[in-house]
Formats: sequence, C-alpha cells, structure tokens
Amino acid sequence: MPGEITLRGIELSKRYGSVTALDGVSLEVRRAECAALIGESGSGKTTLLRCFNRMTDPDSGRVLVDGVDPAGVDPIALRRRVGYVPQDGGLLPHWSVGRNAALVPWLRGMPDGNERGERALQLVGLDPAEFAARKPRELSGGQRQRVAVARALAADPDVILLDEPFGALDAITRADLQETFVRLRGELRFTALLVTHDLHEAMHLADRIVVMRQGRIEQTGTPAELRESPATAYVRHLLQRARITA
Amino acid sequence: MTAAALKATVLAAAALAVAMPVVAQVEQSRPVIVASKPFGESYLLAEIFAQLLEARGYSVDRRPGLGATEIAFSALRGGTIDVYPEYTGTGLLAILGQSPMSDPQAVYAKVSREFRDRWGVRWLPPLGFQNTYAIAVRRETATRLSLATLSDLARVGSSLRAGLTPDFIGRADGLPGLSRAYGLKFRSVQALLPAIKYQALAAGKVDVIDGYSTDGLIAKYDLVVLRDDRGFFPPYEAAALVGSDLARRQPGAVAALTELSGLLSEDAMRTLNRRVEVDGQGTAAVASSALAGIGLVGSKPGSAVVESPRSEGIFGYLWERRANLLRLTGRHLLLVGVSLGAAILVAVPLGLGLERTRKGAEPVIRAVGVIQTLPGIALLAFMIPLLGIGVVPALVALFLYSLYPILRNTYTGVRDAAPDAVGAASALGMTPGQVLGYVRLPLAAPVIMAGIRTSAVINVGTATLAAFIGAGGLGDPIAAGLALSDTRMILSGALPAALLALAVDAVLAACERIVTA
Repeated sequence: MPGEITLRGIELSKRYGSVTALDGVSLEVRRAECAALIGESGSGKTTLLRCFNRMTDPDSGRVLVDGVDPAGVDPIALRRRVGYVPQDGGLLPHWSVGRNAALVPWLRGMPDGNERGERALQLVGLDPAEFAARKPRELSGGQRQRVAVARALAADPDVILLDEPFGALDAITRADLQETFVRLRGELRFTALLVTHDLHEAMHLADRIVVMRQGRIEQTGTPAELRESPATAYVRHLLQRARITA
Repeated sequence: MTAAALKATVLAAAALAVAMPVVAQVEQSRPVIVASKPFGESYLLAEIFAQLLEARGYSVDRRPGLGATEIAFSALRGGTIDVYPEYTGTGLLAILGQSPMSDPQAVYAKVSREFRDRWGVRWLPPLGFQNTYAIAVRRETATRLSLATLSDLARVGSSLRAGLTPDFIGRADGLPGLSRAYGLKFRSVQALLPAIKYQALAAGKVDVIDGYSTDGLIAKYDLVVLRDDRGFFPPYEAAALVGSDLARRQPGAVAALTELSGLLSEDAMRTLNRRVEVDGQGTAAVASSALAGIGLVGSKPGSAVVESPRSEGIFGYLWERRANLLRLTGRHLLLVGVSLGAAILVAVPLGLGLERTRKGAEPVIRAVGVIQTLPGIALLAFMIPLLGIGVVPALVALFLYSLYPILRNTYTGVRDAAPDAVGAASALGMTPGQVLGYVRLPLAAPVIMAGIRTSAVINVGTATLAAFIGAGGLGDPIAAGLALSDTRMILSGALPAALLALAVDAVLAACERIVTA
C-alpha cells in the first residue's frame, strides 16, 4: 500500500512563552517512507517529531497517526504503538540490556516479550547470548544506540520516531549504524520520521527531506529534488555549507 | 510480586520493625513522679524526696535531670510531674519575673501566694538551707587583686574572663541583673556547663565562675566566694514544689514530703553535695544516709547502692552497669526507630509529591530545613507546653529533626535521576506511576538512602538530649554525669550512643545494599 499516508500534521502551531516553535506546519509521511526533518537548533524539528507520540501537544492544528487523531486516544497507548529512539539512547541504566530491549512488549503485556527483545537485539547485530545480561554501562556508545534501536523495534511498531539517533556517535560508528538502519528499513518496512542536523545523513537515509527554519517548512522534496532545485536561498545555503552543491 | 514492590516492602518492613515496641507503652495507675533539674544538688534532693515517699509506702517514678527551670516548671504546671526541688528566689525572679526582695520570709510568702493563685502549685515549707549564687575566683586571684566582695570585683572586672553557666547568663537574677546592680563588666564571658566550670577555673582558663553556695567543689578547689555586699541575690531557700494534682490525689504524699521541713542545714547540705560531687558516691546512697542521719528513715544496711571508686576503669564501670545500659540503649533505640520510621513515612512521599509539582517545592523544603537550625534543646523545650514531658514530645522533636535530610535527598535524588532515561521511558509508553516506580525511585534510591542514613546518625546523637525532658535513653547518664561532674558517667552514655550511631548506620548500609541491588 505505498502511497497511503501514515503520519499527517495539519497546520500545527506551538508556542513556548514568547518563542514560536511551530508556526502552522503541515506534513505528510507515507507508509514505509522515511522522512527526515532537518534544520538548525530551534527550527522546531524536534517539537514537530514529538507531536506524533504526544510528548508535545500542539496549541492548534491536528495530528493523524494511521488516520486516527491521537488527541482522542490515551497518549500512553499511542506511545506503546510508536517506536522511539532518542539521541542519547535513554536506556534504563539499572536494567539489563535484555530487559531494556523488551521494555515495550512488556508494557503492552505481550506474553513473548523476552523473545521479542532478543529477536530485536539480533536484528541490530547484537548477540543476545553475549549482551542480554549486561548492563548498559558495560557497552560502547554505538552498542548502546543499537540497543535503543532494538528497543524501538521490539514490539513491531508501524511507525518509528528517531530524534538525532546517531548524532552523538563518532563518524565510523555512525556510518555503521546508518547502514544497519537502511538494512532494517528494507527488511521491516516501517514508517520512519527522523530528526537530524546532518544533511548528509538525511540524504543517505531518507526518501524525503523536510527543511525547517524558525518553525516553518522551507522546502519538502526528495534528496534529488533538493539537490537540483533548492527552493529558497536558505536551502541553497544549507547545501553549499554541506558541500553537496557548489 | 515485582522486584520494585519487593524492595518497597523491605524498606517499609525495616521501618516498622523498629517502630513496633512503642505501642506497648501504657500508663499504669500513677506513682508519684519526682523530678529534678540537671545539677547535683537537685538530683540529690529529688532522691531524698523519692526515698522518703517510698519509705512511707508510695510508689515513685523518678525523672531526674529535666532540662532547666523552664522545662521542669512547665512539666509541673502541666501535671506531667508531681514534685521537684526548687528555690524561692528562682521562683520569684525566673518564674514570676518579679524584682528581687531581700527578706527570705517575704519571698517565701510571695511565691507561696502567687504560685497557688496562678497555677494551684504549692511551695512546701523550706527544707532549712539557702543555696544562693556564689561568684567565685581562685584564691591566688583574690589575693593578687584584693578581692573580697562583688564591689571589689566590679572594680577589676574588665581585666577578668568569666565562665558562666548558660542559665546564669540568661536569667534576670543572673548576669544581666548582677551587671546592673554592681556596674560589673567582664573582659569576656564564656558559657560553660556546670560539669566543667570548676575545672576551667582551677586550670586558669577562666578567672570567675558562678557556683552555688552549697557546692562541694568550692572547698575542693580552695576557691574564694565573693560577698554579695549590695544584697543583689535574693534568698534562694530550697523547698519542694508540688503540683496541684498530687495534693488532690495523694494528700498523704504531700504530708510525707512536709516532714523534711527545716531538717537540712546549709552545712549538712554542703557535706552531702561534697560526698556526691567530690567523693563520687552515688546519689541513692547519699540520700539514704541523709534520711537516716536526720532520723526520718531507719538506716537499712545493705540497701545502699554498691559504690565503685572513681579510679576504676571505664570498661569495668560500664560492665557493672550493663543491665541498666542495655535498658537505656533499648529506650534510645525505640526513640530513634519510631521517630526515624515516621520521618521516612512522611518525608519520602512528601519529597516525591514536591518533585511532581515542583512549584513551591523549594520554599517547603527550606521551611523544613529551618527546623534543623533550631538547637535540639530549644526544640524539645517548645514541645513541653504542647505535649508535656516524656517520650511523646521527644518522639515529635526527633521526628521533626529527621525530616530534612530525607526530604531534601528524596526530592533532589528523584528530580535529578537520569533525565534521559526518564524521558525515553515515558516516550515509550510508561505511565507516570511506572516511571516513578521502575525508573526514578530505583535510580534515586542510593541518594534517598544516604539521606536516611544522615538522619539516623543525627537522630541517635540528638536523642541523647531527650533525657532533659524525661524521655530516658542514653542521655540519662550523660545529663546526670554533667550535673555531678562525673566523667565516667558521661562516657557511660556517650560511648554506647556513639556505638549505636555506628551500628544503626551499618544496618542501614545493609538495607541499602538490598534495596539498590
């Protein structure tokens, strides 16, 4: 069913005091598509992402997840259906890797939670026999981030939200995780919304790129569209700074 | 049961296990409660009262060493004690707040009338001696500066260092009035406890102290008492002060105490005090021989407490008193356990609640912190008008003292616990309750436990002050030892208290390992 819209934001606005984080933003992400939100700090990209698991509620506008407005449903139930990978991993430091990976299946009361956690660890390239019993502090930064991805995948969500998931890693580890992500998307066909400040990463991972600036969308397009016809001076500047176009 | 719930249960059970035994304390048909203030002569007179009452067939409950005049008198007025030895001059100046008078009979008439009319409290006829303040200096100082009177002292006061009891520094018939009457100013004034002022003077650390005219130590250290040539100090006739309830309840007990009237001369009293303060005899033995000496109670050979010479080592001393020390330690543990348990049950939920609201959290925590800045004895004194004396006010005061470290650590620990893990946990669908139970609390547990351990150690120390409001515990020998200048007696309370603090901390450390494992 490619073409079906999984995530939709309509005219979303959000203010924090005198700061406008979102200024009437509309966005659509199709099933099995990966959309990247890119922009500088304060552009509103993380606020927009958090509207889709209701960690943030917009002041005005509507959000639809799988055609349903989650404003009407329990935010807890919504979050258990939507995968989430934060930048810093956010693993529970006092829980084993295996228990971390099985968190969402456990919250949803799935009887095979542990097996799902172990399968997810395998998917991200960590052998459960070796890693499941360890504590997060015994892992490298890249391994921890793999566990965070496994945790987001363990309950087989249709949608995964990623907030600068590889931003804190060194270049080589980042490239490894990016390859893993591409492979997983190919295997599992989930819909992904990815926040990043790295245009190369967006170009590499996403089907569509949404450039944000000061709470508004500057341009939406495929990597090729962006490269060939930047819509505004700001987008052109971004491309030049990333040395993608001359 | 989940692991987190199990841990919570272990915590709660630990708190309750310590708290249980207190419930069993029930008041029986009431004996005559005899109290004293915390200095040697007061201990001795109270013991004389107690033995006389026992000889006349009354059962007696002893509450020696109540904080000071204010504490002992509020306890008497409120009916939590029945009788304690007091001095007419103290009644006139410190309790009634009136100006000094010089005629002993006029003072006695005045306090008798006023105490009866205001509070229904009765002054029994005076015991027969006065114990007035004695401003004393070393003989060498007196000779060098030709000091004989307080007027002489006023002349040279600005070159002398005074070491005075806190009581004397504060009360109207003490330093403030004395300074006004004689125009007296010292080079410096240092607050010294009764237990150490004589040694401080003898060692030349201070030049002037306040003593009592019947103190046995004045002779021991060969001190010169300066004459009150302007008659500033009012007459301090010793007498039994009896609460309104006792006369109604057991008029025979009041009659028994009246038998002592006029039988204790100043010389006799100085000798008795000397036996306690200098020779190190026990108050029970000295009281018993005093009663035999004035013919009120037949001497009972063998009934006197076995005395140990003061040269005996501290460990032998402790070993001899092991049964009593064990009982005091039990009481101490009860005070600490119940107050700390209650503080945990209040401060941990309060800290969690404040962390949820955040707004107003700091003012609330700081307000609780202000309690911590009150001196322990002051907090205990505040409790008396509300709760009387004994275990209950001590528990309330210790509870209040224990709150702050637990509250502060709970709030800070939960607030600052791994914010990234907390954020991820709620973004993945944990309810606020699950975030608290599975993430925040376990991660904050070491910090909360640190707060509990801090409170526990402070509590064990502060609980020694509970002796001053008659709650018992290891403070009893400390207070008595301070009053009787008996270092071994002080140590017999202080050493077990220190060991208890270490033991409680070790037990809590073991609990912490279970909780945070």
